[in-house]
Amino acid sequence: MAADPPEPDDARHREREGAVSLNFTFDGVAMRARPGDTLAAALLRNGVRVVGRSFKYHRPRGVMSAGVEEPNALVTVGTGGRTEPNTRATDVFVYEGLVARSQNRWPSLAFDAGAVLGLAAPVFAAGFYYKTFFGPPKRWMFYERFIRRAAGMGNAPVEADPDPSEHRAAFCEMLVVGSGPAGLKAAEAAARAGHRVLLVEQDSELGGSLLFDGGDRGCIASARDAVLAAGGRVLTRTTASGLWDHGFVTLAEHIVEPGQAGPLSQRLWHVRARRIVLATGAMERPLTFADNDRPGIMLSRSVRTYVGRFGVVPGKRAVIATSNDDAYATATALADAGCEVVAILDSRTRAVIAETAHCPVFFDAVPTGTTGRNSLASVTATVAGKPHRFDADLLAMSGGFTPVVHLHSQGSGKLDWSAAIQAFVPGATDQALVAVGGAAGEIDAVAPATPILGTPKTSFIDFQNDVTAADIDLAYAEGYRSVEHLKRYTTLGMGTDQGKTSNMAALARLAGAAGVDIPTAGLTRFRPPYTPLSLGALAGPDGGGHAAPSRRLALHDRHMALAPLWQPLGLWHRPRAYPRAGETLHDAAMREARAVRTTAGIVDVSTLAKFAVSGPDAAALLEIVCATGVAKLAVGRGRYTFMLREDGMVMDDGTVWRTGETTYLLTSSTGGAERMEAHLSYAHRVLAPDLRVSVVMQQEQFAGIALAGPLARDVLEGLTGSPPPAHMGLANAAIAGVPVVVLAASYSGERAFEVYAAGDVAGPVWDALHDAVTARGGCAYGLEALEFLRIEKGHIVVGGEADGRMTAHDLRLEKMLRKAGGYIGASALERPALASPDRLQLVGLASRGDGIPEGAMLVASVGAKVEGHVTSAGPRVLEDGGIALALLRGGRARLGETLVASSPTRGKYVTVTVVEPVFHDPKGARYRD
Amino acid sequence: MLLISCPHCGERAQVEFTYERTLDSVVTLAMPPEDAMRALYERANPRGLDDELWRHSYGCRQWLLIRRNRTTHAIESVKAR
Repeated sequence: MAADPPEPDDARHREREGAVSLNFTFDGVAMRARPGDTLAAALLRNGVRVVGRSFKYHRPRGVMSAGVEEPNALVTVGTGGRTEPNTRATDVFVYEGLVARSQNRWPSLAFDAGAVLGLAAPVFAAGFYYKTFFGPPKRWMFYERFIRRAAGMGNAPVEADPDPSEHRAAFCEMLVVGSGPAGLKAAEAAARAGHRVLLVEQDSELGGSLLFDGGDRGCIASARDAVLAAGGRVLTRTTASGLWDHGFVTLAEHIVEPGQAGPLSQRLWHVRARRIVLATGAMERPLTFADNDRPGIMLSRSVRTYVGRFGVVPGKRAVIATSNDDAYATATALADAGCEVVAILDSRTRAVIAETAHCPVFFDAVPTGTTGRNSLASVTATVAGKPHRFDADLLAMSGGFTPVVHLHSQGSGKLDWSAAIQAFVPGATDQALVAVGGAAGEIDAVAPATPILGTPKTSFIDFQNDVTAADIDLAYAEGYRSVEHLKRYTTLGMGTDQGKTSNMAALARLAGAAGVDIPTAGLTRFRPPYTPLSLGALAGPDGGGHAAPSRRLALHDRHMALAPLWQPLGLWHRPRAYPRAGETLHDAAMREARAVRTTAGIVDVSTLAKFAVSGPDAAALLEIVCATGVAKLAVGRGRYTFMLREDGMVMDDGTVWRTGETTYLLTSSTGGAERMEAHLSYAHRVLAPDLRVSVVMQQEQFAGIALAGPLARDVLEGLTGSPPPAHMGLANAAIAGVPVVVLAASYSGERAFEVYAAGDVAGPVWDALHDAVTARGGCAYGLEALEFLRIEKGHIVVGGEADGRMTAHDLRLEKMLRKAGGYIGASALERPALASPDRLQLVGLASRGDGIPEGAMLVASVGAKVEGHVTSAGPRVLEDGGIALALLRGGRARLGETLVASSPTRGKYVTVTVVEPVFHDPKGARYRD
Repeated sequence: MLLISCPHCGERAQVEFTYERTLDSVVTLAMPPEDAMRALYERANPRGLDDELWRHSYGCRQWLLIRRNRTTHAIESVKAR
């Protein structure tokens, strides 16, 4: 089974023979690597055996595998913001200057204080946390002190990653995942048939097993050329991390290695593939026996990878333990590389393979234990029932191979059990997906797992989470029979490796305990991502200030000139107040609110949702959406309205204006704009598709400025040269030469007008209004003052008082409901529970002095049952005292009651009186004509 | 992520669409209160095929009637409304 001689022009071969020219450090020690080395290969090349400490018991651990399944050799690479913890040393390729550090050790890798936990291992058996939490609290307080220090993996960096990640979309006729012999063959065939192929490989080189097992490597170049010639793409260092519905696959591409500086760190591909070929191969399974976790114990095929691909022989005296034929090739490769192979321990009664390597082969032989301090010294075994002992510093083990079916399973594919290879293989799937090669189960037959273990307490199954065979036995004995429960109780397969090497061994152990076969024991579902994915890659360019778009008002620069405090409101940014020198937010808001009550003020209301509703059936559509009367509205008039959800609760409110015979303007709340747009569209397209009506959203087309105050009328008349419309009237006019629509509506409780102008020409309108208002002693006001004014007037806010649980009756709007019905939500109002007298109802609250804490609970006395809560609170604008709007159980019948607004988190308890929810001008005398 | 063949725009990714509701949940204007409450609160949500209202929010903005398998996510038909 000697490898074919490498071709003279093989670049990889040249590298292998090349000098150790790359410098890197591990725990501060300078080391050198060959180009093309993984960090694991480089560490083995430098004689490093202990790479990390285990999660719970701090046992010394070394490199076990040569691929992404590595459970032990987790390191932190990079420095500063480029730090990447929990990186598999087998999945990072050495670059000049790489900095790697071991994890989970203190004070040092060689001497770890936490290793004493290993002595206390029985304490940390399965279900440790469950049992401790259900025990006396003191016990946890005791354990916590050192568990916080000892448990866990690497530490995440606190600095931002200086290198960005990006997202990219791609389409292909065929996506081939994996570039071993099977994947190359599939990719080449599809490309030669003219298909656009995307071939992805998580390794830095194409070839898969060809990279270490010899064979014809000519197919690598030929497949690559065919794919490129057909317009396809080949991506290396790219992992297919998730397979979703309808051929959607996410790929994570390393542009540079973890911790390495680069213009880009990673690229996340969103690929839509017509067909998918899974050529993901198979992963070798470890064997379960006592102390099977010592450095020097490795997977058989991984040993062959280090020897054949990297030219590193990870030991001098080797024992091979296997349940299948594949490991015999490892014996040959080791012998060829000059390593003494002491024995092959084959758990079967005879090998299927015809000829064995030149070393003793024992059948019916299984390892039972090992010795060694920080790395392997000897292996004990049972051969045909008799104990044997072999001195060895390397144990290559093979418990068979598990097809990598993760993507198939993620894509809702079923899994079938194959007894021959003792593994699950891809079954039926709804995806246009086919598995080939090792992923499809084309693997050497294997002997079932043997129950002989030595001691199960140190027979590791999940190496990363320190779950032993004894833990699984204990969990089963304590009643955790389902594999799902077993997983959660023991933390099996919950490490960063997600149980890649441990799942099958655990299932075998569970099935053995239950006396059932493995498929009956069940399997947990595989979920994306296949290998750990950094949050930076997921965020891509959408981080920081780009997490969401920022929406600016048309009058943004006008506000900037007044240096406001900004308030984010959804995606919008609106002025909260315009403080003058020395003013706090509250001072400024009070000055602005007083100006509105005494002279005049202007506020930007551009963000209100605005819909132009037009057509012969415009009124009919509005009567479906609005719960108030609309049809009788005269041209040039408007009125307050509100909309219900189908369940009868108030959804939104606004105003409706008849701008012409068959044209209306509907306004609604800023925050509900998108929802209202969908709602109107739904009402039209789904509920009443025959209506001849068009709805156009005009939220951004028009800037809106509300002018309010006793002098508002005077200001407006001065600017337009004509008498302003009466309350709830509408007029077209011009200000500063710009055409405007004036709506006479009041939100503040003063005489007020909303002036709308096209957004791009609204600047001069603002300037003219601002000049006129300031000339009369008024000013611009922000959201804070607006809030004070509307609370005093008792106007509700959607999302505040109308919190989605309130009916029109609860909010004292029931008199406006259209008697004839026919609107969305009308039928739901007949439900008896909505007439219950103890519903939350809108009330006002007044306090003598203190401000009422917003969000406070309403109680009869501190500690008593909660009867409601404060929805919005503010000061009285011109007088002293705090006021609030609140929702109170049966509130409408409780006027005059004294309650406590209780806010324990702020330590505030304010005595309040329940009053009508209008504190200012209840009759509207200040703005009605 | 589903691939939806919009009758107006062609094959587009699910991110362009908004799932609005299952057709069973539509409360028509003439519906008696009992039926309306049943549509809102007592739906069966069975496995298998479902008729659903979707909207191509980031495309043509039209309403679509999609017959989709709730178990497998297979889309049987997409019709313009």
